[in-house]
Amino acid sequence: MNQAALGTVVRAIVRRDLLLAFRRQADVMTTVFFFVIVASLFPLGVSPEPAVLRMIAPGVLWVAALLSCLLSLGRVFTADHQDGVLEQMALIPHPLAVLVLAKVFAHWLVSGLPVVLLSLLLGVQFGLEGEALAVLALSLLLGTPTLSLIGSIGAALTLGVRGSGMLVALLVLPLFIPVLIFGAGAVSSTVSGIGAEANLSLLGACLMAAIPLAPWAAAAAVRIAVE
Amino acid sequence: MSESRVTWSKYSSPQALYPFAGRLIPWCAGAAGIFMIAGLYLGFFVAPTDFQQGDAYRIIFVHVPAAWMSMFLYVVMAVWAGLGLGLKARPSFMMAQAIAPTGAMFTFLALLTGALWGKPTWGAWWVWDARLTSELILFFLYLGVMLLHASIDDIRRADRASALFALVGVVNVPIIYFSVRWWNTLHQGASVSMTAAPTMAATMLTAMLLMTVGFWMYSIAVILVRLRCVMLERNRQVRSSQSAFEQGVKEVRA
Repeated sequence: MNQAALGTVVRAIVRRDLLLAFRRQADVMTTVFFFVIVASLFPLGVSPEPAVLRMIAPGVLWVAALLSCLLSLGRVFTADHQDGVLEQMALIPHPLAVLVLAKVFAHWLVSGLPVVLLSLLLGVQFGLEGEALAVLALSLLLGTPTLSLIGSIGAALTLGVRGSGMLVALLVLPLFIPVLIFGAGAVSSTVSGIGAEANLSLLGACLMAAIPLAPWAAAAAVRIAVE
Repeated sequence: MSESRVTWSKYSSPQALYPFAGRLIPWCAGAAGIFMIAGLYLGFFVAPTDFQQGDAYRIIFVHVPAAWMSMFLYVVMAVWAGLGLGLKARPSFMMAQAIAPTGAMFTFLALLTGALWGKPTWGAWWVWDARLTSELILFFLYLGVMLLHASIDDIRRADRASALFALVGVVNVPIIYFSVRWWNTLHQGASVSMTAAPTMAATMLTAMLLMTVGFWMYSIAVILVRLRCVMLERNRQVRSSQSAFEQGVKEVRA
């Protein structure tokens, strides 16, 4: 029997997920606007003082990015689980972890990348300038894929579970903490002039550890769910 | 060697494990009582009053053993979860399920006693110290394991999903601990130092070790009681579905 190569399958999965997201743009927009709105609430709630805003900006923008990632996690597997595509995917004679990685990559392109780009705009609103702004975008660029990867484990574990939205938050948020610390730390250490290199390196290390490990765990969780 | 292996694998069947656990419980419970009373007596009445903290420090005899148990039990739970996933053994999952609430209880106890101890000595119920924060996160992980198990109806799926999450958590705990520690040193400086422990009197150490052994015994006893409950609960489900099946067969025949 003629069997498709792994590369072809991965490309097909990424293209399909992107196409589905493109056809349902409202879903994507919800996540992005959520990020903007949550971040905009803080100046109203805390203080519009530029000095205060500059101080809280790294944490606020990072937490907002983290929450918007959390909000979008349901989209990684849920629809495919409901219509049975996930079950078929588990039968493909290629490592499921690689296919999961492809899905997570597509998810990040749709929900993580817009957040990274928008953070530049929101950073300006919070009074970040120059290098701090660049480090904010860079830290999100390194960190949001890790969030998507770790989140995919939680999303796969809670497939078809009652109240899965809240449950996935409870499972995944504690695991997000290191990424939040290093990400926000990179920006605030730039603001205070220490330099962001250490934190950015650690963020990169988290990403490098998550790329092989998280899809593997998520694939195991998918198998538990579809069995 | 081979003989002992045979005896131990016997207990992987619930029928053998249930009475074995039942025989073990009174011994562990008794030992827990004796060790804890001895430890508390030594800690509260014999150990010398601390030069700086006065008598407030005496909560250490509950606090430190509870914190040790909270971390230790998480690892034990993850080991049982891993065994369950690797060997597809149901009693292992039941053990993991039975351990989680006790671990969460010790984590909560460590946090509570920490707060009670922090108020008179540091002047604050809570500081964002690395240890406190990672203990809090450990508590969240325990809650996650229990809630995931509780919210999946299919018991086999619940077992395996929560086991996988426990394993993911055990990989993450060191990462979380170090990230919080680095974050803490960057942000707060050494405002509160818990690492500079004064040299401990021998009686204090003895009392603490006695309490730890007591908590161990308590954990084993409570976990085995809970294990028996879990077994009965699951067996009831099997039995009721069996009887429903038999009844259905009778109805069809009639």
